[in-house]
Amino acid sequence: MNTIEKSTETAEAPSVPPAPDRLKDVVRRLLGTRRVIVGLAMLALLTVLAFVGPLISGWEVGRRDFSAMLEGPSFEHWMGTNRTGQDIFTQSTAGLQKSLLIGLLVALISTGVAALVGAFAGYFGKMTDKALMWVADLALVLPNFVILAILSEHFIGQGGWLVLVILLAAFSWMVTSKMVRGLTISLREREYIHAARFMGVPPHRIILRHILPNMSSLLIADATIMVSTAIIGETALSYFGLGVQPPDISLGMVIAAGSSFATTAPWMFVFPTVLLVLMVLAVNMIGDGLRDALDPHSTSRRS
Amino acid sequence: MSTDIIETTEVASDECAGEAPVLEVTDLTVTFPGRNGGPDVHAVRGVSYAVRRGEVLGIVGESGSGKSVSSMAAMGLLPDHAEVTGSVRLHGEEILGLDDRAMARKRGKVISMVFQDPLSGLTPVYTVGDQLAEAVLTHEPRTSRAQARARAVALLDLVGIPNAEQRYRSFPHEFSGGMRQRVMIAMAMANDPDVIICDEPTTALDVTIQAQILDLLRTARRETGAAIVMITHDLGVVAGFVDRVLVMYAGRPVETGGVDDIYYRSRMPYTMGLLGAVPRMDLDDQGALVPIEGTPPSLSNPPPGCPFAPRCPLVRPECEQTEPELLEIGDRPPGEEVRARSASASGARAPGADAAPQRVACLRSGEIAAQGWTAQDIYPVPDIPETSFSHTRRQDRREVLRVTDLVKHHALTRGAVFKRRVGTVYAVDGVDFDIREGETLALVGESGCGKSSTLMEIMGLERPQRGSVTVMGKDSSTLSRSDRFRLRREMQIVFQDPMSALDPRMTVFDIIAEPLRTHGRSPAETTRRVYELIALVGLDIEHATRFPAEFSGGQRQRIGIARALALEPRLLVLDEPVSALDVSIQAGVVNLLRELQARLGPAYLFVAHDLSVVRHIADRVAVMYLGRIVEIGDTRSVYSRPAHPYTQALLSAIPLPDPEKERARTHIVLEGDLPSPANPPSGCRFRTRCQKFLTLAETDRERCVSVEPRILAVNGEDQGAACHFAKRWGTD
Repeated sequence: MNTIEKSTETAEAPSVPPAPDRLKDVVRRLLGTRRVIVGLAMLALLTVLAFVGPLISGWEVGRRDFSAMLEGPSFEHWMGTNRTGQDIFTQSTAGLQKSLLIGLLVALISTGVAALVGAFAGYFGKMTDKALMWVADLALVLPNFVILAILSEHFIGQGGWLVLVILLAAFSWMVTSKMVRGLTISLREREYIHAARFMGVPPHRIILRHILPNMSSLLIADATIMVSTAIIGETALSYFGLGVQPPDISLGMVIAAGSSFATTAPWMFVFPTVLLVLMVLAVNMIGDGLRDALDPHSTSRRS
Repeated sequence: MSTDIIETTEVASDECAGEAPVLEVTDLTVTFPGRNGGPDVHAVRGVSYAVRRGEVLGIVGESGSGKSVSSMAAMGLLPDHAEVTGSVRLHGEEILGLDDRAMARKRGKVISMVFQDPLSGLTPVYTVGDQLAEAVLTHEPRTSRAQARARAVALLDLVGIPNAEQRYRSFPHEFSGGMRQRVMIAMAMANDPDVIICDEPTTALDVTIQAQILDLLRTARRETGAAIVMITHDLGVVAGFVDRVLVMYAGRPVETGGVDDIYYRSRMPYTMGLLGAVPRMDLDDQGALVPIEGTPPSLSNPPPGCPFAPRCPLVRPECEQTEPELLEIGDRPPGEEVRARSASASGARAPGADAAPQRVACLRSGEIAAQGWTAQDIYPVPDIPETSFSHTRRQDRREVLRVTDLVKHHALTRGAVFKRRVGTVYAVDGVDFDIREGETLALVGESGCGKSSTLMEIMGLERPQRGSVTVMGKDSSTLSRSDRFRLRREMQIVFQDPMSALDPRMTVFDIIAEPLRTHGRSPAETTRRVYELIALVGLDIEHATRFPAEFSGGQRQRIGIARALALEPRLLVLDEPVSALDVSIQAGVVNLLRELQARLGPAYLFVAHDLSVVRHIADRVAVMYLGRIVEIGDTRSVYSRPAHPYTQALLSAIPLPDPEKERARTHIVLEGDLPSPANPPSGCRFRTRCQKFLTLAETDRERCVSVEPRILAVNGEDQGAACHFAKRWGTD
């Protein structure tokens, strides 16, 4: 073919261009999307608010102002107080600290575990598949609420919330891992997976390099949903006193306390809820952008 | 735009000559409005044709040339947002713009269609018989159910479904692809239509089934006297079947005429290129195929001049000024005149247009006619050098791959909890062959014969269920893990489907770099080698940062080849590398493979179902049938003197892109489909479809039924066939 002669010349003439860097490309594309910038900015602001808020409000976490119980927003208490005179702004921002950590960590851990377990089970099949899916089924049938209740005493004190994070993650990866397994089984028969295997790429590398990136849309969607699920799950636990243990405080606890006053004293409910909504929104925007940045088919980057 | 109608040709039979055309399409255009503010897509731009009773018109073009869209428009099957102008007259009555209800009365009754994909053409939840009866009942509501049923059975019988009475109750999934296509044709014939439009009816089928279907379409024409519009991308398929040909390019007809005129006296460079790109099975030494460089123009923003100009070897400046009209060769004004006239001037209409058989849309057609140029003269045909091995005798070359008695059986299991074995699929059942340095062995056979399973077994480098695979003198069953990893460098694979062979999430650079990184090359060396490979397979360096989805099929296949060549393997396994590509693109890839072999010297194991491509590229051929090799030998001997009845049938089933030869040939049409590999016939596996088996004496038949034939040398050369009576057929 005459194209070969032609192109060998062009290849030799210029010095060899450098190898394109995939990671840099993704980051550049990620930062080029406005949604991601807005999402990242929102998340950064929330984080700043969570750590700075309790310091600037003039009230300490948990401290009660007995002169102002169940009062609306005022100069003294920016977002009002609750039934026992605690400052809503201080409580909510302090709670946001833990909720941010719990939400993001649980999402990361549970999606990560789900991806790995599902992909390994689906790719290797046979005994690996049976063993891993047996574990997943077991985790599904265990009464997680009871186990959390039994273990709730460990949530007290320094690092206690970390135990809670791990337990929450441990009970939320199974369904996703089953989806990942199903997808892996269909991806496994694709020709590019065969090609990688026939060139001697080791199985764990095939999973990380070919299989997981090709289901990144699913994984990212799962992780963003998991952020809000984890926060709400923690809220439910807190409602029964099984979640984050006092003196620690979470956004869930504040919302749970305020929910019964939603109509009579809306300030108790509105502010923490707005924080939660903003946080989930920010995570979703980042997730959306990440999905588009990783997906060469997405319309946003088609020229 | 051309508005003249193609008139009768001498090929159309005499009795039809005086009749008015059944279907008359005039200046048809189809535009799909752009979505989201995108530009409009002009899919069809001025197509005119007419067909009379009993006449067959072939519409030929590459994918995206608008050939299917134009017929869908004629049937009124396009979505509502498509803008269709022009006129479509059925028996003189304008049907374009009729509402759906009115069209529904015509469709299936006067004009009917056979689609490409027989899988999605039938409803899975109704029996085929009921679907056929429904086709009858819809248009003849007064028919009784029993009558409709009887008609359906008669139709099934007519299209060659054995046991039509029982098969009436079968569901579509119980039928093979070929049988489903038969049912689709039966449905198209159900109400004796006057026009049948066939949209690539054989593209999805194997070559032996294709021969059956083409035969059946001839029957359908005879039975119903219908005019047939045959849409195809394969010039070979239609040569012996059609009376007239219309060649389409970028939504426009570029050449039309009688079948002999088009095949022997083509005057349009595009048609000439298409014909030159087809690998010929009947020629001993064809030389390199004629590739048409480049890709068809975008239909949303076509260039002002001749749409083929960017790819045309005969392009002149005036070609890019104005789009040439479809004119008779003699009427073509010389180039100077075109330059003098502005682009808006209307073309001179030839007087007495009805006596004009061949029309061409090319400014230089007169020149081509006068010079008598052929595709080889006008296209730059690559010169393929000889391999360095061509002077060494085969026996003296090193063995790259040896497969001995390879077996792969799959268990058929039933039950969810307690799996029990209910049968065995004999996917590969004792296969022997060897490949020497620098040669190409082609493994051919119908789908389901075990070609791909054989490849997977070889590439897996695991211990086979029985037999052995020896690569570079190393037996795969004795390999350690690191030995196996090292051996993988020596053998690489190119897959069939360029869509799924490349990871859609990786850039071209990463795809080609993957084998290099896996085998521990340094980053600097990897980068250098990747760009070298990109250049080697004829891609541009800028392509490195793009994703596979941005490339055409042929380009993707080149990326796949670059990846396979990265580690300089000594054996390249090619799993149907060109069967998903258009003919003109296929020619480029085939030439590239031949040239790479000559330059770099890897041995090829080439799996294909297309015997004409195989003839062109392979040194040796192995024909597989139901998990076994039935004939093996050097290409020349096997093609000139096929010894096994199956090889003879396969070769005979391939249509030639040569109308005269094709009309003179008698095809051996095999009966039925490939038997299930879970339940192969006893003795010789081919006997159930064997055309020679029926001619044998009773005692000889006994031998076929009871004794499985082994491969024995025939014809004294490098050729062997697994048939008890191979010698007898050889002397015929």
